[in-house]
Amino acid sequence: MRVVTPKLRLIDRIYIPALIKGLYTTIKHFFMRRFTQEYPEEKRKPFPGYRGLHRLNKDHLGRVKCVACFMCATICPSKCIEIEADEAPWEDREKYPVKFEINTLRCIFCGMCEEACPELSIQLTHIYEMADVTREAFVRRKDDMLGTNEFWVLKEY
Amino acid sequence: MSPFWIDLIIMLIKVIVVMGALLGGVVVMVVVERRGAGFIQGRLGPNRVGPWGWLQPIADGIKLFLKEEFIPAQAYKPLYLAAPAFFMFIAFVTFAVIPFGDKVELFGRTIQLQIADVNIGILYIFAFASLGVYGIVIAGWSSNNKFSLMGGLRSAAQMISYEVALGLSIIGVLMVGQSLRLNDIIGMQTQYWSYLPRWNIFIQPLGFLIFLIAAIAEVNRIPFDLCEAEQELVVGYQVEYGSMKFAMYYLGEYTNLITFSALIVVLFFGGWHIPWIEGLNIHPLLLALLQVVAFVVKVFAFLWFFVWVRWTFPRFRYDQLMRFGWLVLLPLAIFNIFVTGVVMVLIP
Repeated sequence: MRVVTPKLRLIDRIYIPALIKGLYTTIKHFFMRRFTQEYPEEKRKPFPGYRGLHRLNKDHLGRVKCVACFMCATICPSKCIEIEADEAPWEDREKYPVKFEINTLRCIFCGMCEEACPELSIQLTHIYEMADVTREAFVRRKDDMLGTNEFWVLKEY
Repeated sequence: MSPFWIDLIIMLIKVIVVMGALLGGVVVMVVVERRGAGFIQGRLGPNRVGPWGWLQPIADGIKLFLKEEFIPAQAYKPLYLAAPAFFMFIAFVTFAVIPFGDKVELFGRTIQLQIADVNIGILYIFAFASLGVYGIVIAGWSSNNKFSLMGGLRSAAQMISYEVALGLSIIGVLMVGQSLRLNDIIGMQTQYWSYLPRWNIFIQPLGFLIFLIAAIAEVNRIPFDLCEAEQELVVGYQVEYGSMKFAMYYLGEYTNLITFSALIVVLFFGGWHIPWIEGLNIHPLLLALLQVVAFVVKVFAFLWFFVWVRWTFPRFRYDQLMRFGWLVLLPLAIFNIFVTGVVMVLIP
């Protein structure tokens, strides 16, 4: 490819009009809207479909929806879901999870568990503030994730 | 008390006030620069420390004080330690001849609002401003670091190149003003052409432009900050400096900036002169105060201009810098002198 350099007129070569144009641009930006979000006070609003912290859904009787089918644990690419199944105490299903842990330090928030789930039990919420101080705290247990239920999409940032 | 002691005390007060004002100016500049940069880039800038971020420089100062004093093992210690002090000393001393107000009659004494009324004020400023380069070159050499040395060398070459244009650009002003004393130059500018004040900017627009560009190069600011050049040289001569030694360079740089803004105001914008105020019949003391305020406002206008320029233009390449200095600014400055001379001969 041949690069054609544009022919400069005298006014271009003096350079000063271009400088003034540049200065005008920056001063225009000086008075323009600022794009900064002052984070701790002003929360970022996640887009619909944002994949944040997991939750486990409950059914209309308040029981965990999960039937411990291991679909999510199987599809999980980072193998961060650990489920321990047991006989369900209810009539309408065979199994339920005694233990359901997600290691959020391993999790890559790909949302495949959500897609694999036949019961719409595991879902990703909009919660993105997951910082903590111990490694243990990042292993979300069943009760934690059932607890995040109330946040669900209703947690508006 | 004998007149000598009174004079000495007056002088000391002036020195302290000017030093305080300079340091205060640096503090204000730090905030204005950082927040101004933020605004220009569509950000907010530092706004957490104190109202509107005004305490940010104090926080910075405390941080720099508390940092570890570190000397590189291979550095040449005496010069390494002396360089920042020298740089800052030169920066502060340069301001001494800048007049920031007219004469004031106080308790039957005439006080000149200027630390030293030297009759070769401009030469004094140029002499000391060019000494400032030693602070940079010595730092570059003594830290025993490749980047530092490159920064120092570049700085030396740049300062020498642009000093020529800087010096020649004001010859026109000196020819019109017929004096090297800064007070005389301001006195000249307090006259009028019918209604227009006779500021040198109207007589020497080309000289002003050259001086402005060369001044930015002289204080090593973007687009002429070849000696710092973060991308190529990290920060050039400052690489090995930390804690208060770094702060001294910081202070010195901003003080230089203030000095050159003040010099531009004095040489081209009538110094402390407020146009059309003579007819208003104001009390002389109030007038003197207003003039000092006017001077500060003008200086800050130029400081803001430097900030504005800094966040607008990209850095020159080294060969572009040299070509621009020697092949554009220098001939223009000489041309300016020539034209001024011709006009002065034709219109006595």
